[in-house]
Order: sequence, then structure tokens, then C-alpha cells
Amino acid sequence: MAVKQLARVNDFVVKFANVNGSGSASANGLFARAILRMGVPVAARNIFPSNIQGLPTWYEVRITEQGWRGRRGGVDMMVAMNPQTWDKDVAELEPGGYLFYDSTKPLASSRLRSDINMLGVPLTAICNAEYSDARQRQLFKNIIYLGALSALLDLDPAEIEKLFAEQYKGKEALQDSNRKALAMGRDYALANFACPLPLRVARRNNVGSRIFVDGNAAAALGAVYGGATVAAWYPITPSSSLAEAFQKYCGKFRVDAASGKHRYAILQAEDELSSIGVVIGAAWNGARAFTTTSGPGVSLMQEFLGLAYFAEIPVVLFDVQRGSPSTGMPTRTQQADLLSCAYASHGDTKHVMLFPEDPRECFEMGAQAFDLADRLQTPIFVMLDLDIGMQDWLCEPFAWDDDHRMDRGKVMTAAMLDGGKEFGRYLDVDGDGIPYRTYPATHPTKGGYFTRGTTKDRYARYTEEGPAYVDNMQRLLRKFETAKSLLPAPVVQRGRAPTRAGVIWFGSTGAAMAESLVELESQGIHLDRMRVRGFPFPDAVGEFIAEHEHVFVVEQNRDAQLKMLLVNECGVDPSKLISVLNYDGTPITERFITREIAEKARLFNVTPIRKRAG
Amino acid sequence: MTYLAKPKIHHPGLPKNALGYTRRDYEGAVSTLCAGCGHDSISAAIIQAFFELDVEPHRVAKLSGIGCSSKTPTYFLGNSHGFNSVHGRMPSVLTGAAMANRDLIYLGVSGDGDSASIGLGQFAHVLRRGVNMVYIVENNGVYGLTKGQFSATADKGSKSKRGAANSDEPIDLVLLALALGASFVARGFSGDKTQLVPLIKAAVAHHGAAFIDVISPCVAFNNHPGSTKSYDYVREHNDAVNRLDFWPSRDEITTEIPSGSTRDVPLHDGGTVRLHKLHDDYDPSDKVAAMAYLESRRARGEVVTGLLYVRPDSADMHDAMETVGVPLNALGDPELVPGAAALDGVNASLR
Repeated sequence: MAVKQLARVNDFVVKFANVNGSGSASANGLFARAILRMGVPVAARNIFPSNIQGLPTWYEVRITEQGWRGRRGGVDMMVAMNPQTWDKDVAELEPGGYLFYDSTKPLASSRLRSDINMLGVPLTAICNAEYSDARQRQLFKNIIYLGALSALLDLDPAEIEKLFAEQYKGKEALQDSNRKALAMGRDYALANFACPLPLRVARRNNVGSRIFVDGNAAAALGAVYGGATVAAWYPITPSSSLAEAFQKYCGKFRVDAASGKHRYAILQAEDELSSIGVVIGAAWNGARAFTTTSGPGVSLMQEFLGLAYFAEIPVVLFDVQRGSPSTGMPTRTQQADLLSCAYASHGDTKHVMLFPEDPRECFEMGAQAFDLADRLQTPIFVMLDLDIGMQDWLCEPFAWDDDHRMDRGKVMTAAMLDGGKEFGRYLDVDGDGIPYRTYPATHPTKGGYFTRGTTKDRYARYTEEGPAYVDNMQRLLRKFETAKSLLPAPVVQRGRAPTRAGVIWFGSTGAAMAESLVELESQGIHLDRMRVRGFPFPDAVGEFIAEHEHVFVVEQNRDAQLKMLLVNECGVDPSKLISVLNYDGTPITERFITREIAEKARLFNVTPIRKRAG
Repeated sequence: MTYLAKPKIHHPGLPKNALGYTRRDYEGAVSTLCAGCGHDSISAAIIQAFFELDVEPHRVAKLSGIGCSSKTPTYFLGNSHGFNSVHGRMPSVLTGAAMANRDLIYLGVSGDGDSASIGLGQFAHVLRRGVNMVYIVENNGVYGLTKGQFSATADKGSKSKRGAANSDEPIDLVLLALALGASFVARGFSGDKTQLVPLIKAAVAHHGAAFIDVISPCVAFNNHPGSTKSYDYVREHNDAVNRLDFWPSRDEITTEIPSGSTRDVPLHDGGTVRLHKLHDDYDPSDKVAAMAYLESRRARGEVVTGLLYVRPDSADMHDAMETVGVPLNALGDPELVPGAAALDGVNASLR
């Protein structure tokens, strides 16, 4: 009986199973970019171990004409290059899917499935015949499979060759050898299979001006545009590439042309305690400063974060969240640091958080965080996760308003002090809870004060008097209230039909969520939707929940941390909130959200208003 | 010393320095430390040093950690900005402050608990980065604020007030500082102001990481017989290798050269340290010999004081980072924000 063949154009998932350190990342990236250059959007994700060489790694490319950015779930073609994970990889294929493999050695029939299509290419044999050097055999094997795939899936080889030319600009020999390897794979496939397969790419014009970039690089660029001059960090996956990108962009944009000197200072600290200490010192002294870290780093910074809250130092912290707790899953994604950031440090503390949904927002919020920090004089957490931070996303191009000026907040200058303006470091002069500060060395005799983590009065004088302490703590609450009006507002959209149910999410979940909402609508489940973009939540969040009988809260952690914050901060009845939780370390998928919400909607009798009325 | 409250009004006859400031302008709030505390003598030496250096008081940023010693920045330079940070973490805060504005003078004040125990890591890294600062440890061998527990600098065998002997080896911060690359290393004694004031002045003028370990007896918990950090013990065992005079660059050296061997050490900003050698065989430019000397004297229970090591051609963190001459905190939008056109270029490279 003939095996079914999946037939899809511009709407399928290809997954590459590789061994890390084998040079496959470059070939896989070329695959994704070639499709983008054909005008067809992709959503690509690198699934990698906490290791440098020898362990399994995967690259999943979703080819999606409609431009969905989340994972769909399931695999239509597996490029199985890793014998270690063979069985699991084969099992993951959809019935009628395609298994691309190295056929140099015969396969045991017990290791095959009868409902999939086999595409064997003797990659090792081709390589060994052509190359004698072991390293070349390894690297060009990747390009050979790329060539074979280009024929099978109808990728335009000219686009791949253009990418070679950009990647190896000025290195003609390398361009030639890559073109040759590509042709070898391509020729083999054309000679041995009916190309293209029913699963294929067709040229479109659906990419437009969009860019393909990771969130860490975008956030780093945001920090450059936000005027950050001091960065201190300690290497930790998945945040290290943010600090490295900041270094790269500073090298590009912040080197004084005349002197070659740097308008930035970056310090790789000895640990996260030191990183946040450096940032606090720099911000206290009037520079815009940030650190970048992940969950374990946030844990280490707790004491200093309490100081920054209490002494009111404007620091920015990028938290690229990963699988937790403890060392957890360093190379897997989660949104599990919400609580440890929202209430970081001992005692009564609350912190401001921003939730970018994609690299474009990482750039925007990465810049905005510095204005907010200076305005509010408090730590600002920009909450990325591994999925946004380390994966390339197709998103709208970065944009900048040249009329924007840094908002340095309430800073009292020497002229203001000489003009007789009263200075009290912790004095609220206009009711917004935010006091004036002076930078060190502002004035020879006025405006000096002592910064401390101990209790102080409105004029920064040490005190342990109860009323002065309460006065200060109340003012900090007023300041937190002020923050609500300054943060990016939630994005609200009504369902296509009137409904009593809603859904709330934040961050990278949005990618799969957008698609899931369309799917749910096609199943007759209509939801009003709200994407929260900042904490503390503005009143609109509580009002949205109040308007609905049930609200799904979709997030990527076990304990429903966003839900806890909503219940805690908005005074919401917890029974109204229905959690949808993905926390296995892989990015949440459209299929998962749709299935969970559809099931729970039935359970809670969530139906469109008009149906129930009828 | 600022132990006793003094009226705010200055006597018109008070001597003024070159900037027209009196010594009182370098004082701070009234000390709340115990009467006779060595730390108050160090505060007095700091006041004297900055007065004599003709530094504008507000151009000094004073930072500290937690503990008795870390409270002292309140008691000097009252018009300067101060930062009492968290326990053992002053070095990182000071590093960040120095990154933000390279033009100020950074004075870090810490204690032996703050620097040798909880903050040993940060102590090490701030020195090896060559942060341009004066780092003073007010070293008394005990935790004062928590009432007399041994600290990590307490000598092995040294007795607590209750008579218990310390069983752990001490951490010698001076030897550590030398090993970690500090380019100015000294040890003083709070009871010897004539030695300490010029040490602080020279440390301020030094370009790079300057560390001064000041033995500062704790009168409440560590000034009894059997302690190796008491006034009596340190006076009896003080092996001062040199005494020094410090001249800022603009002054002509007019002081008469006293008898005995002397040596002039030029500093980065043009100032000069004149060392009066008390030991002919001690050479403060020879780090290896300095470490050997210190180790040998330590074994004999002696406390070596003086300018122990100085590298005149020192560099600092900003040299290594190649930062612009203008303080980073003074840069504005035009210098920092690349603008929309540059962003278009970035976008184009990501397609």
C-alpha cells in the first residue's frame, strides 16, 4: 500500500536533529534565511543543550505563509542527522511525513515506521568520496544536505548562493567550495527523487520590511538607544548574548571618531552580586546603567535589589528567563521569575516589570526602561525569556523618533539649589511619590546627602523613628501607584462575537496565542483578550477581569505566577481565573493552548453569549 | 576628630587652605562610635589629609559597606555625597560610581569583617581591576557592632575579651593586596597620625588602586592583654619601614632633607612622595622583596607599617577600558543615541 504523502505549500514544519559542535547551525540558518528571501515567513527555533560539543541539538523551522510566529507542534519533515536521537526523532513525525537521513549505512527495518516517507541520501559516502580532510567532511556534509533539501522542497538555490556571497564576502574560495557542496546535494536529490515533493516552498511576497533578529540583540540595541553607558554582567545562559551584543553595538555606535575612545564602559563582573552593585554605583552617580542575567542571577542580587528599592536608585535589569528552579534547565525557556522579580528582596518591596512580546518590543522597552528608571528612581526589570532572547524572530523593523530626548527624571541641579529650591532627598514635593535627587559633586555646599539602606527621614538623615519610617514606606507606595500611569498600557482586543470569557497573557506566549485565538474562533470559542505589558498592572487589568465571568490566564510556569500577581495586586476573585500552563521548557504551542482552552471552556461552559441566550 | 559636638560657626582666625576652606569644612556629623575608638582617629586623619590636599570637599565620593568602620563616612566630608551600601559590597558600588564619573575622588572605607570575610571576593576584584580609588580598611580584628566576635584578620592565638583564643589563620589584607595587583599598598596605625596623614595624601594622588590597611584598635572589644590589635600591642610591635612626606605637584620641595637616607617617588599627577627610610634594606618598588619582608616580620609577630609598595607608572580601570575623557554621566543624547538613520542601517542588515 502506498504511503500517504503530506502535501502542503508554505505551511509545514521541518526539524533538523543534529549533534552540537558539528557546524550544523550555519547550514540550518541558511535554510531559514533562504526561505525568508523567497518572501515566505518562517518561525525558527534552536533547541540546544547546556553543552559545547557532542550532545543532541535541534533546529525547528516552521514555514508559514500566514506569518505565525509560535510553534505549531508536530513535525512534517525530519532531517535526522543524529543517530543518538533517531528513535525519538522518527516517532515525532506526523503520519505521511518525510524522514530525511544519511543512507550510507543500511538501516535496521525495526527502526522504521510504515506510515512515513523515507528520503535516504548517502551523505557520508558523497563526502568521503569528495573530501579527505575530516573537518571538511563534517562541515560540507551540512551544506550537501542543504543542497538536497533545496531540490526536495523547491528552495531557490540562487537565494542560498546569494547568502554564501554575503556570508563569505571577499572570500571567493569559500564561496566556491560551498556552492560546489550545495550542487552535489542538489544533483543527487534531483537524480534520485521526484522533486519537488508535495511538501514545498513557493515564492511569495509576505515578508515585506520585516527583520529577522533575536531579542537579546534587540534589547542590547535598545540599551544603546536608551543612553546606557555602563553595563556590568556575569556570564549566564541565556542572557550572555545580550551583554555581548551591547558590546558589539557600542563598538559600532559609541566610539569617538577622533580619539578612538569609548563612550561606554562594560565590566564582566566576578558574580551577579558585583554586577548589580556596579550598576547601582553607576546609576547613583548619574550614568544610565544596566545588568543582564537570568533566574539564578536574580536570586543572587536580592539583597542589593532591596537597597536599590529603598535607597531609590534607577537601575535596569534584563532578566532572560530560563527553566527553573535552581540550575533548572539552563537552555530551555520559561516565564518563571515573575514573583522573584516582582517582590525581590526581604521586607516590603515591589518592583516594576516590563513584558516584551518579541524582539521589536525588546528594543522599544530596552530603551524605555532607562527613562522609566530615571523617572521612577527604582529598579526596572525587562522580562525576556530564552525563546525571545536567543531565537531569531521575524518582526517589524526597529523604529526611532529622533525628537525623543532622555528623561532624566527629577534631578536637582546646582542652579536650582542656588535658586533656593528646597532639597530633601526623600521629600515628596508634588504628590507623585517621587523625590528629587542630586548627582554626587553637584554643588560645593548644597545638595549633598548620605545614601543608605537604613531607615531615614525626608532629608536622608538616619532615623529609627516609627512615624518617619511609615511616612517613607507610604511614599514608596504612592510612587508605585504613579508607575501604573507611566508603563506601557495593556493591549486589549474584543473577540469577534460578544463573550463573557476573556484571556490574559504576556511576553513570548503571544506568538502562539495569536494563532490559537483564530483556531478557537473557528471552533466557536470567542474570547476577549488582553496582553499585559507591564507591572504594576493599571486599573484597566482589574476592570477587564471584572467584566468577564471567566478569564483564562496563559503563561509558562508551573505555579501560575501571573495569576498570583493578578489576584494579589488587583483584588480579583481567584475562582474567575483559569490557568493554562506550559512549563516543560519548550515554547508554548498553538496546539497546546487551543486544546487546553477548548477543554476548559467546555468544563466551565464558556460559550458565546448569543448561543447560550438562544 | 569629630567626636565632640562643635558649634557650626567658624572662628574667623581658623587657618585656611589654598581654596579658602578651613579644616572644619572637611568635617562631618558627630561620631557615634565609642570614646577612644581608633576609627575616629582615622576620620581625623582623612579630614586633615583632604584639607592639606586642597581638594574641594564635594569632589570626593565616599563609599562604605556595613559595620562600625562603614559608619565613619558620616563623620567626615559632610558636604560630600556618601553611600553606605550593603555588607561587603562597597567595592562593586564604588567601581560602578567610578565608571560613571572618572573625575571624582573615590574613597572607600571598610572594615576587616566587611573586606576580609563577607566581602573578600569584591575586595580582590576591585584591586585587580585597578579602580582609581583610595580603599581604607579600618582593621580591628573583631566585629564591633555585633559585640566582639573574631574577624578573619584576627591573629591565630589572639585572645578575645572573654579569653577564648582564635584558632584560625589570619588573612593579611596587605599581602593579598600585593598579590592581587594593587599599585599602592600601605599599612598605618590609627595611633600614629603623623605617619597616616601623608599615607592618605599620597594614596589620593596615586593613579590606580591604592589600598591602606589601618590597624585601628577596638576599645570596647579588642584592646585587652592577649589581643594583637590593641593599642599597647601595636605600639610595641610596630615595625615602621619608612615615614613619608607628600608634596602635590604645584609645590616646590623646600623642606630640609633630614639626615638619613631618603628617596623621592614621583606620582602620576606630578606629586612626589619623599620616603624617609627607617630600614635601609626596604625597597617599596620591589614587590617580591616586600612580600618576603612582610611575611618574615609577620612570623615574628611584628606589624609592618609604612608605604609598602608603590608602582609609579600605574594605570587604572579607565585606561584599560579606553573610556572618553568626559565623564560618562555628562554625556547626552547627541553623544549617546545613534538616531533613526543609523537604525535603518541595522534593520537592513537583519533582512
